[in-house]
Amino acid sequence: MSGGVDSSVTAALLREQGHEVVGATMKLWGGDGDSGCCSVSDVDDARRVAQQIGVDFHVFNFTEQFDRDVVSHYVDAYADGFAPNPCVECNRHLKFDRFIERAMQLDFDAVATGHYARIEYRNGHYEMYRSRDMAKDQSYVLHMLGQEQLARTLFPLGNMIKSEVRAHAQRLNLRTATKPDSQDVCFIKKHDGREGFLKDRIDLKPGTVIDHDTGEQTATVAAVQLVTIGQRRGVTPGRDGKRRYVIDVNQEDAIVTVGSESDLMVDRVSMHSFAWTSTAPPRGERVSLQTSAHGVPAQGQWDGETVHLDKPVRRPAPGQSGVLYDGDRVWGGGIIS
Amino acid sequence: MPVNLDAAATAPLRPEAYAVMDRWMRDGGGNPSSAHGLGRQARTALEDARDEVAALVGAAPAEVIFTSGGTEADNLAVRAGLGRQIGCSTIEHKAVLLPAAVAGAQTVAVNANGLVDLDALEQMSLDMVSIGIVNNEIGAVQDLAAVRKAIGCDVILHTDAAQAPAWIDVATECSQADLISLSAHKFGGPTGVGALVARRHVALEPLLLGGGQERELRSGTQNVAGAIGMAVALRTATVERDAAVARVTRLRDELLDALVARPGIEETVPRELRVANNAHVLLPQVDIEALLVLLDEVGIYASAGSACASGAMEPSHVLEALGQPGLSGLRLTLSWLTTPSDIELAVKAISSATTRLAA
Repeated sequence: MSGGVDSSVTAALLREQGHEVVGATMKLWGGDGDSGCCSVSDVDDARRVAQQIGVDFHVFNFTEQFDRDVVSHYVDAYADGFAPNPCVECNRHLKFDRFIERAMQLDFDAVATGHYARIEYRNGHYEMYRSRDMAKDQSYVLHMLGQEQLARTLFPLGNMIKSEVRAHAQRLNLRTATKPDSQDVCFIKKHDGREGFLKDRIDLKPGTVIDHDTGEQTATVAAVQLVTIGQRRGVTPGRDGKRRYVIDVNQEDAIVTVGSESDLMVDRVSMHSFAWTSTAPPRGERVSLQTSAHGVPAQGQWDGETVHLDKPVRRPAPGQSGVLYDGDRVWGGGIIS
Repeated sequence: MPVNLDAAATAPLRPEAYAVMDRWMRDGGGNPSSAHGLGRQARTALEDARDEVAALVGAAPAEVIFTSGGTEADNLAVRAGLGRQIGCSTIEHKAVLLPAAVAGAQTVAVNANGLVDLDALEQMSLDMVSIGIVNNEIGAVQDLAAVRKAIGCDVILHTDAAQAPAWIDVATECSQADLISLSAHKFGGPTGVGALVARRHVALEPLLLGGGQERELRSGTQNVAGAIGMAVALRTATVERDAAVARVTRLRDELLDALVARPGIEETVPRELRVANNAHVLLPQVDIEALLVLLDEVGIYASAGSACASGAMEPSHVLEALGQPGLSGLRLTLSWLTTPSDIELAVKAISSATTRLAA
């Protein structure tokens, strides 16, 4: 229970259905934070909802593991020039690993969250699908869940649309019924963002910006590690007035290369460090590839580590997750090289 | 029936305290600051309570300032050292440590048994020292006479005595202190009321400004019901203390003996150095957070002694000050109502839970 309306309704519905439910919040970030979920006031909201629906409530302190598996990973990724997705790592190591482990320690049968995704048992194994509410689908950040996790996880909201969820919350008079959804990374503060967080942890190096077409230096950047491939924000337009995008970053020489959108297009995306729901897609399989939480999937052919796209896409930033789908069914995914 | 072994968090409200508060709230009332008859009635009840508390802790009535509880008393006490050199032990309650840190205090280490380093204290040049007489986590009792000897007569000595009155004679053991914090709900009074005992020569700076109550040291309409309940609870605790100490010590010892007989459970500090009701143990190999949930599920209430604002278990600064792992402590604290059957149930539950978690 994060203190948001989704997990509140999840707990309430399961209770209504007659399950023995206990609510828990994970304390993950011990430092300063004012955005994202699980602040003290969010924990208060979660606790209050648990009281309102009549279930016991606990807070689990997993800050040490979070620091190791999510925060340090985030810092190291940026230091090495990758663009990490901390919410993916949190799901991988905390929400569906440590949390499930704690649930098993306490003799529970399963964990449930307010995520929008569907789990079904078909052909002798568990499968994961996009949620019914396509706008809220979170299967992308859940792609790493395998049979062990799926056998012990429930996503009651997977077949509901957001407005139905809020309607349940209103019906149950939950404190969080009208609470806005949290969007941000939980350990990054709104006012100084990623840079504020990283500047005390990485030696941020300034770099030069070179235009791919002319070879000329067009600008400098204060922190080359914070520049993401595909980035348009903060990049001055080219002499022709057209938009420029970051098409490459050389961390060692501190050179950012910018180019036009066509320079950014790629016809294939390679990945590593895979996690599959059940098995990897066979070589030659037609797949759709999603490279960001809200990105539009692109169709292509899988060769075992690379998706050869039907149509070029903008190059996704290395370090992001690439998730493969068979229609609405999740194959799993990996880290983009 | 749940087994409450978390009396240090809050002790059961004594029926004597409840009875007088009930009577007062039903038939009494009034603002002690009002000049008229109703005010006089309230004022009298308040002053009767003040006299009682003062007598029981060995102070003059004018030296008792009613507060909203122990935390406010601690904050008010530390404020007396503002702008001067303050020292406090590393194992003080956060209600002392935090305001002390804001005031730029230095800390004094404790030994592995939680006793303050008197030699170090003697070397330090301080204007005020805060050493809690009974530690709320491990139950260790400080020798305030020895502390006074180490610091000399000119240093203000504050002691947080919140956990003391049900188990030790505050009047005698805290006689060397210039400032004493009291918290009613720790000895069977209601929550929401406490007191700072401030010997006459100590200059206090008020925290709360307003109507000038408590001789301008603590503005705000006094909690008369609370003060009455506090006074009666303190009287009952004092009268029953020797018998309670004898009985509870036996039960505590039984609990400790049964626990430390099991592998992986250690006595945190020697029991002779603790108050009668404290059975804090160390379980370095056990996931204490999970243990507490398992115990909670079978109705055994205990604590790890340290939680953050969100309610998550935090590493204990007290254990770390002793050189022990911060997340290894299980705090079990008995009350004067604890029974032999409670101990039996607790031992069974802890044994079963630790076995399960080891698997």
